[in-house]
Amino acid sequence: MAVRARALSKTFCMHLQGGLELPVVDGAAFEVRAGECVVLGGPSGAGKSSILKMLYGNYAASSGEILIRHGGELVDLVAASPRLVLAIRRETLGYVSQFLRTVPRVAAVDVVAEPLVLRGANTAVARERASEMLDRLNLPQRLWQLPPATFSGGEQQRVNIARGFITDHPVLLLDEPTASLDAANRRIVIELIAEKKAKGVAQIGIFHDEEVREAVADRIIDVRGFAPARAA
Amino acid sequence: MSAAAALGEDLATYNFAYLDEQTKRMIRRAILKAIAIPGYQVPFASREMPMPYGWGTGGVQVTASIIGPQDVLKVIDQGADDTTNAVSIRAFFQKVASVAVTTKTREATIIQTRHRIPEEKLQAGQVLVYQVPIPEPLRFLEPRETETRKMHALEEYGLMHVKLYEDIARHGHIATTYAYPVLVAGRYVMDPSPTPKFDNPKMDMSDALQLFGAGREKRIYAIPPHTRVVSLDFEDHPFEIQTFDEPCALCGAEGVYLDEVILDDRGGRMFVCSDTDHCEDRRAAGHRGRLSPDEAYAGHGQVQEDTGR
Amino acid sequence: MMRLQEMPLLSVEGLSRYYGERVGCRDVSFEVYPGEVLAIVGESGSGKTTLLNCISTRLEPSTGSVSYRMRDGAMRDLYRMSEAERRLLMRTDWGFVHQNPADGLRMTVSAGANVGERLMAVGERHYGRIRDTATHWLSRVEIAEDRIDDQPRAFSGGMRQRLQIARNLVTGPRLVFMDEPTGGLDVSVQARLLDLLRGLVNDLGLAAIVVTHDLAVARLLSHRMIVMKDGRVVEEGLTDRVLDDPQAPYTQLLVSSILQV
Repeated sequence: MAVRARALSKTFCMHLQGGLELPVVDGAAFEVRAGECVVLGGPSGAGKSSILKMLYGNYAASSGEILIRHGGELVDLVAASPRLVLAIRRETLGYVSQFLRTVPRVAAVDVVAEPLVLRGANTAVARERASEMLDRLNLPQRLWQLPPATFSGGEQQRVNIARGFITDHPVLLLDEPTASLDAANRRIVIELIAEKKAKGVAQIGIFHDEEVREAVADRIIDVRGFAPARAA
Repeated sequence: MSAAAALGEDLATYNFAYLDEQTKRMIRRAILKAIAIPGYQVPFASREMPMPYGWGTGGVQVTASIIGPQDVLKVIDQGADDTTNAVSIRAFFQKVASVAVTTKTREATIIQTRHRIPEEKLQAGQVLVYQVPIPEPLRFLEPRETETRKMHALEEYGLMHVKLYEDIARHGHIATTYAYPVLVAGRYVMDPSPTPKFDNPKMDMSDALQLFGAGREKRIYAIPPHTRVVSLDFEDHPFEIQTFDEPCALCGAEGVYLDEVILDDRGGRMFVCSDTDHCEDRRAAGHRGRLSPDEAYAGHGQVQEDTGR
Repeated sequence: MMRLQEMPLLSVEGLSRYYGERVGCRDVSFEVYPGEVLAIVGESGSGKTTLLNCISTRLEPSTGSVSYRMRDGAMRDLYRMSEAERRLLMRTDWGFVHQNPADGLRMTVSAGANVGERLMAVGERHYGRIRDTATHWLSRVEIAEDRIDDQPRAFSGGMRQRLQIARNLVTGPRLVFMDEPTGGLDVSVQARLLDLLRGLVNDLGLAAIVVTHDLAVARLLSHRMIVMKDGRVVEEGLTDRVLDDPQAPYTQLLVSSILQV
C-alpha cells in the first residue's frame, strides 16, 4: 500500500459570503498500491480535483486522513507540518499539474531539471535527463533554452509533463496531463505512465480523455460515492 | 598713559593662560583620560576663545591647560613659525601667560602645531599639541555621530578601508595625502589632523607626548609616548610617504617635507623646507641649496614681528 | 545526533511589541529552518514590519524571545547577546535587504566598495582579492563588470536593488531578511529580481524571511507563509495551501482581492 485515504472530507467555508459552508467531498476512502494506476472518475464538479489537491497537500482536508508511505514510514499528510509536506513532495510525492506556473526567464530545460536539482542531483546530469525527456515529448530543440512563458499551450504542457515525470517519486498525482495534447504526444504520455507502473510507482490521476483512461487505468474510483448529501 | 590703561595695570587682567582654573582642571581631566585611552576622542566642554573656530581654539585650550610659567612655547603653522596663525597664538600666550617663546624645536617644551610635525626628532618631556578641525576619521562616510561612536566602541573599522579602497579604485593608489588615518595602540582609529601623511611615521613610538584638541567639535585625544601608531593600508597597496624629486632649494635637505613656492608668473618656482626652523638650522650650519642666496637671505624665516614698520 | 538542517535556524517565541497602548505585534511564534524561505504577508499596519524589525535585532521586543543557531550549532537568544556580537552577526551571518536601496547602500561610494565593505569589515586587507570578489558578485547579480567603479546614484532602481543583494550576500550569510524587496520597481524589473532572488536562494541554500504585501512575490519565493492582521498571525502554512485554500476570513479576503492576470 502506497497511499490510503480514510474518511476524507472537504468543506469550503466561504467567509466572504457570510460563512457559507460548501461541502465538496465527504468520507472519501480508497487505497492505492505500488505499481497501480488509479483513475478518479465521475462528472465535472464531483470533487475529483479537490481530492487530488488534498492528496498533494494543496487543499487542507476538513477531516479524515491521508496515509502515505514516506521514507519507510506511514505519514498522515493531513496532520503533517508544512515542512514535512514539503519533504514528502520532494522525496515521495510528484504532481503533474495542468498549468505551469512559469518563472520568468528560466529556460525550459531548467524548468524540467529543477525537481532533480532540488533533490540534490548534479546540474549537468539533471539537464541531460531533462533534454531526454523534452526530446521524447517532441519539444523542438530550439525551444529548450527559452523560457516557457511564451510557448503555446501544448508546448507548455509538454514541458510540464517532462518536469512531472522526470523524478522517481514513488507516488505520482496526474492532473489531466493529456488535455490539449495531440495524438502522438498522448501516446507518449501513456507510455510514460506505463513505465512508471513497471517501476512500481503508485499513480492517481484525473483523465477526461476516455481513450487515455482506458489505456492507463487499473481501477476507476467513482468519486460520486464520496459526494456530500446536499441539503435540499 | 590713558586712564583705562592705568586701571588695567592695577587690576588683575587675565587669569594665567587666559582660562579660569576650573576650566583648566576640566580640560586636564579630559587630557588624562585621553592619555589613558590612546586614540580615543574624549568629549570636553570647549570654551569660547578670543579667536574664531578654525584658528586653533582646541589646540589653544589644550596648551593653556598644560602650560606653566617655566615652559618654553613654540608655535608653528604648516611648519612655519612666522605665519599669521602661529604669530598670533604665540603673542597670545606671551600676553596671557608671560611664557618664554622660541622658534627652536629642541628648546621648546610645548610645541603647538597646525598641520605639521617638526623634522627634528622630538624628545622625551616635550609635548606636541595639534590643532584639529575634524577629529572623527569615520565622518567622511558616516555622518551620524551616534553611529560613529558605536563603531569606535565596537571596533567596526571596515569603513576606513572603504575610503582607501575608493582611492585605489579611482586613482590606482591611495591618494589620501593628509589626515591619513592611523590605528593607535592596536585599538582606536584616529585622524592625525590634516598633517601630511609624510609625518605619520613620526607619530609612531615618539618620545614626546602628543595631544590633539578640536575646539569646535569639542574633542580631545592623545598619543602617549612610545605608542604604536600604524597607518592603515592594504597588503597589496602598502602605506607610503610622499617623496620629493629635488632637495630643499635653500638648504639642500633631502628626506624632509617641502613646500612649493611660486617665484614669478612665468612658471618659476622652488621647493623649500616646510619646517622653517629646520631649514635655518641647516643653513646656519653651512648647508646650501640650489637657489640659496648668500648673506642677503641669512635672516629668512626668522621671527619678525615688526615688519610692518 | 540531529543534523543541523533538521534543527531550526531561527526560533521566535511569544513575541510581542507594544508602542505604548498600541500593539505592534502580539504573541507571534514561528521557526525558520536552514534553506527555508518564509513569507510574512499583510497590509500596511498589520505589524509585519514591526515583527521583521524585532526578529532582526533592529527593535527590541516588549516580551518574548528570538533565538538564532550560531555557526557552532548553539542556540542563542539575540537579546541576551552583547551588541558587538549582534552587530557582527548582522554583517556576517545575516543579510538585510531594504525596500529602498538607498537605506541599504552607501550611495556615495562605488559599487565595488559597497560589495567589498563587509569583507573589509571582517578583516580582508587585500585590495586585489576584494576587487575580484566584488567583480564576481556583481556578475552574479547581473551588473556589468565595467560598472564596478560607478556609484549607485548612477544606477537604475532595479540595479540598485541587485547591488544591495550582492552587498549582503558577499559574506555568505545563512539568513537574509527582505523588506518588500520588489516594492517600488516596475513589473518587468520585479520579475527579473524575483527570478534572481529565487535562483540565489536555491543555489546558496539561504534561509530567508521576506516581508511583502504582494502575494505573487510570496508565491514565487516562499515555501511557507504567515498572514498577519492587526498585529496577530491569522493564518500560517504551506504557501500554495494558504493561497489556494485560504482558511481565515482575512486571508480569503486578501486572496480574493488580487487582480487575476
